[in-house]
Amino acid sequence: MPQEAIKILLVDDEKQFVDTLSERLEMRGFSARVAYSGEEALEKVKMPTDVIVLDLRMPGMDGFEVLKAVKKSNPDVQVIILTGHGGDAEEKTAYRMGAYSFLRKPMDIDDLLASIRMAYRDKIENTMVAVSLAEGGDFDSAKDVLREQDVLEEKKI
Amino acid sequence: MLASLKKRFLQFDGDPEGTISTASYRCFRRLLTGLMIVVSVTPLLTISWFSHQQYVKTLESETTGPLSALARKTATTIDLYLKERSSTVSFIAHAYTFRELLDQKNLHRVFLALKSEYHGFVDMGVVNAEGVQVDYVGPYGLKNANYAGQQWLEAAQINGLYISNSFLGLRGFPHMVIAVHRMESNGDSWTLRVTIDTSRLQRLLPLMDQTQDTDIFLCDNAGNLQTNSRLYGKPIRKLPLTPPPPTHDTIVTSATDGQGRRLLIASAMIEGTDLQLLAVKPRLNVSEPLLALRGELVWVLCGGIIAIVLVSYFLMKILVGRLETSDRRRVAIFAQIEQDQKLSSIGRLATGVAHEINNPLAIISEKAGLAHDLLSLSPDADKYQKHRQHLLELMDSINSTVDRAKAITRRMLGFARRMEVSRQPLHIEDVIAESSEFIERAARNRGISLKTTMQDDLPEIISDRGQLQQVFLNILGNAIDALGNRKDGTIEIGCRRHGQESIQVSIADNGQGMPEEVQSHIFEPFYSTKKDKGTGLGMFITYGIVRRLGGKIEVRSREGEGTTFIITLPIESHRETVEE
Repeated sequence: MPQEAIKILLVDDEKQFVDTLSERLEMRGFSARVAYSGEEALEKVKMPTDVIVLDLRMPGMDGFEVLKAVKKSNPDVQVIILTGHGGDAEEKTAYRMGAYSFLRKPMDIDDLLASIRMAYRDKIENTMVAVSLAEGGDFDSAKDVLREQDVLEEKKI
Repeated sequence: MLASLKKRFLQFDGDPEGTISTASYRCFRRLLTGLMIVVSVTPLLTISWFSHQQYVKTLESETTGPLSALARKTATTIDLYLKERSSTVSFIAHAYTFRELLDQKNLHRVFLALKSEYHGFVDMGVVNAEGVQVDYVGPYGLKNANYAGQQWLEAAQINGLYISNSFLGLRGFPHMVIAVHRMESNGDSWTLRVTIDTSRLQRLLPLMDQTQDTDIFLCDNAGNLQTNSRLYGKPIRKLPLTPPPPTHDTIVTSATDGQGRRLLIASAMIEGTDLQLLAVKPRLNVSEPLLALRGELVWVLCGGIIAIVLVSYFLMKILVGRLETSDRRRVAIFAQIEQDQKLSSIGRLATGVAHEINNPLAIISEKAGLAHDLLSLSPDADKYQKHRQHLLELMDSINSTVDRAKAITRRMLGFARRMEVSRQPLHIEDVIAESSEFIERAARNRGISLKTTMQDDLPEIISDRGQLQQVFLNILGNAIDALGNRKDGTIEIGCRRHGQESIQVSIADNGQGMPEEVQSHIFEPFYSTKKDKGTGLGMFITYGIVRRLGGKIEVRSREGEGTTFIITLPIESHRETVEE
């Protein structure tokens, strides 16, 4: 199985859960780092990160605070919320604060992977658009670049 | 007593804690009714009594006035009559000397002249100082009769003039004596005695009264009848009533005579005599119009009192009834709020529990997932080849169990979410399905079969999911209770379109059914047939919810055959219908 380039950070105070999940992701070719608290997560996000999978209820800094801080320091990092306390209100708040998607525990690993991949693709798209705009290219050409990469990626899988 | 009334009145309170007793309202109603009746009837009675008294007074003065006037007039007439006679007699006594009158011829001539001028003179006699009637002219041989020591003679000798009461004397018919005493300068002391027949007077008296309903007669101070009386017959006899004490004024008194007649008596003294004139009228005449009036008054009064009592009674019945209803409604609303709060706290609890369970479930799921991955994905999976298939099955089983647990927590969360009032488009089939899921186990355990018949292409409706669920759960729960432990128990849920703007859900059981009496009360608060088990609020709340959602709920039942609840819900529920 080819090594996926997506750099994932798993944040959850449930050590057992997050370790197991990280192991499963690694078996699927992803590189996933773990953080057991919000504070640790903010520390680790300083290293290159594409997607953060974030729990909401944690002692100390909770998920929303982490989300807010991350969106401030690394706006291009995509954040997927994965929580057991998934009420409608929390979901709304999370989306308003810039979360990419909102998943409820216990989830299916394939759903999580799909969400991570989509989040990553969106991140790349955003970056490409930004780069192409910066180089004086237009929006459409940036999209084309992205589409080519998509095709390549699909061929890989 | 007033204080205790006041206390009871002020302390009355519908008891918001929920124990509303009909007896206390009945007591309150009686109190109010009584108070209102007393307050209205007392002034009515007082006014009636006063006006009655006033009327009696007026009526009596209207009777006594004329009676008194009649007595006075008659007394004056009699007075004049007697004065005229006594002046004439006095004139004769002064015009003639004792010696002249001793001559029989003179006396005879004078008497004849007198008789020709005045009617009623019977005889005339001259009595000397010794009391012997020395000369006499008249129909009785009374010459030489000795009157010495007689009361009339002495009175005449002292006063100069004496008018006697009427008496029968030797003659046997009532007559009066007028005596004039003379003391001449030559020393002759003598008395002229004249007798008058009172029948003249007798004829005069009835003429005085034009109305002919009054008995007018004379009596002496001792109460002896002096003239004919319609009531008491001929003179001279004792009157069966006590005449009023002699006064100079005309007075009117009421009295009851010996024969029990109630009389109104006007009395007037005849001056210079012992005589009294009495004008007597039966009081009956006075009270007849009074009685008639009193009758009318009593009718009006009774009518008034009956009207007051009826109005008070029904007014208070309606008022206190309204009060009771509103109190009951208030209590019911309190209870409903309490129930809602209870449910919402249960909902919160459920939410918390569901959330907490999600975390360990996630761990189990991940661990099993990892084990599964190790078996299927790891390069050295062959090591486990021996048990591989079995282990994979085990992992799948763990995962499906986690899925089941997940479904439960989702449902709990969903239910809790629906505690909050909100309207949204929904499919009624889904709500029914969710609700029946809750009772499916209970139904199955009792051998009750649940059948659902849904019309296809039912439209989405705008309604409140949680509230509808509560409605269906309530009715389904009741249906299960109604079926008891019947073996062939069936609950049929049907759903179809009803007209353009509503849909109809029917929930029918083939349980014991209920009598009409129960049907008519089933939606009332605190009405329960489950004795200690029910709060009596279930159907009331259900009814309230359906009404709030703009729908209506009906019950059809037949004893022994089962019960059907029919709920009609609008497809678009309008906000306006929310408030009752």
